[in-house]
Amino acid sequence: MEWLVFVPLAVMALVTATLVIVLRNPVYCALSLVGTFFALSGIYLLLQAQFIAVVQVIVYAGAIMVLFLFVVMLLDLGHELPAWLQRDRPRLLLGVGAVALLLLELAIPIASNSSRAPQGPYTSEVVGAIGNTQLVGRLLFTDFLIPFEITSVILLIAIIGAMVLARR
Amino acid sequence: MPEGAFFVIMVTKIVVVFGLMLLSVTYLTWVERKVIGDIQVRLGPMRVGPHGLLQPIADGLKLLFKEDIIPQAADRTLYILAPAIALIPAFISFAVIPFGDQIRLFGQTIDLVIADVNIGLLYVFGVASLGIYGIVLGGWASNNKYALLGGLRSSAQMISYELSLGLSVVGVVMLSQSLSLVEIVGAQARIWFIILQPIGFLIFLICAVAETNRAPFDLPEAETELVAGFHVEYSSMKFAMYFMAEYANMITVSAMATTLFLGGWRGPWLPPVVWFLIKLYLFIFLFIWLRGTLPRFRYDQLMRFGWKVLLPIALVNIMVTAVFVALR
Repeated sequence: MEWLVFVPLAVMALVTATLVIVLRNPVYCALSLVGTFFALSGIYLLLQAQFIAVVQVIVYAGAIMVLFLFVVMLLDLGHELPAWLQRDRPRLLLGVGAVALLLLELAIPIASNSSRAPQGPYTSEVVGAIGNTQLVGRLLFTDFLIPFEITSVILLIAIIGAMVLARR
Repeated sequence: MPEGAFFVIMVTKIVVVFGLMLLSVTYLTWVERKVIGDIQVRLGPMRVGPHGLLQPIADGLKLLFKEDIIPQAADRTLYILAPAIALIPAFISFAVIPFGDQIRLFGQTIDLVIADVNIGLLYVFGVASLGIYGIVLGGWASNNKYALLGGLRSSAQMISYELSLGLSVVGVVMLSQSLSLVEIVGAQARIWFIILQPIGFLIFLICAVAETNRAPFDLPEAETELVAGFHVEYSSMKFAMYFMAEYANMITVSAMATTLFLGGWRGPWLPPVVWFLIKLYLFIFLFIWLRGTLPRFRYDQLMRFGWKVLLPIALVNIMVTAVFVALR
């Protein structure tokens, strides 16, 4: 049953992600990325992570990509990319190399049959009993407090950095 | 409950809610023109039907039969898609809003909400944030400077006010300990959150007006400077779809205000659904009243107000509420 939902979502994620780099018009690229976020959100729902799924839509599709579109429209990039962004060989090779490395990294655990990996304490039943949002919140403020705080400090630094750069 | 009955009940609920929503959207145009007319000491529509009651239908037919013009330089795909992108979120966010208590009908217990999702509140915010795309893309795809400016303005405005809107309801979530709208209504059995969260309510109300792009925050379609704003090139049904989206958003936001702060469908004597509708229309009347009363903000005033006034107040409100909830 799960496959009936998962396969279309996965295909959608892959197709839209490819379109992001294949399409010529930057506005369409940005919109394809929105499609990718939706597919991912659907996959999160399938994993019973409702909170993450909705936050994905609110933050990425609803806010960040709108700002991306905003910039693309203001810059009026038109239908052709500027010269410095056009394809050049070293860049292309670097990209292909990075993707190959990433695929290798993914392939190793899959090849070594990760289905035998130990099961964590948070099964569907546990998540269902405590509640998805409650569980995310509790973990963020207990087990993952330090990474959580570090992330917020990094974000704060980024905001201040943006302010400083914008004022120059 | 057997599978078949569940299916029938679900489809019935969806059809009824959707139908009522469409009807309300149609007749809100009439209500708005009548109320604004009254505020400006004139009669409003009077010719079509008694007191102009058939005016929305005449308007609808007229828009339906108008020529549909697509500018030559427009991006056709997005130009056609944009109004639909604006309209769909406006209608589907109502799915999680409870409009009544459980009722018993033909031996079945029916919840008067289409879907009680455990993250209902966030669902509404998520869907609402997508409505921006309809406006931004419509403005861009028209390939018209005024339209583009209107679209960009609206995206900046909606993102700015979405923040305060989201923060204004955190207090409600803390008090009710839930993101499900059904449970939030349940938590207001004793006392409405408007009493416990007056500041949150005010911020919510202001941001809601800004989110729906209505006066005094109707900068995306400021006639005096932008001709008409993001929909300047749109005609016929596509224009009508933007119009419907605006009114549908108004209904949804009013329903949210009712649910979050006025106890939803709760009330004495009258049946719950009636209470829900009374509160809903109270907010809608307030929206129209505001439009008839207040002049439009200037763009810099709007941004300053959103970021430097509403956002800090909303944050302080959260902190104060957090202290009280922790001490309780």
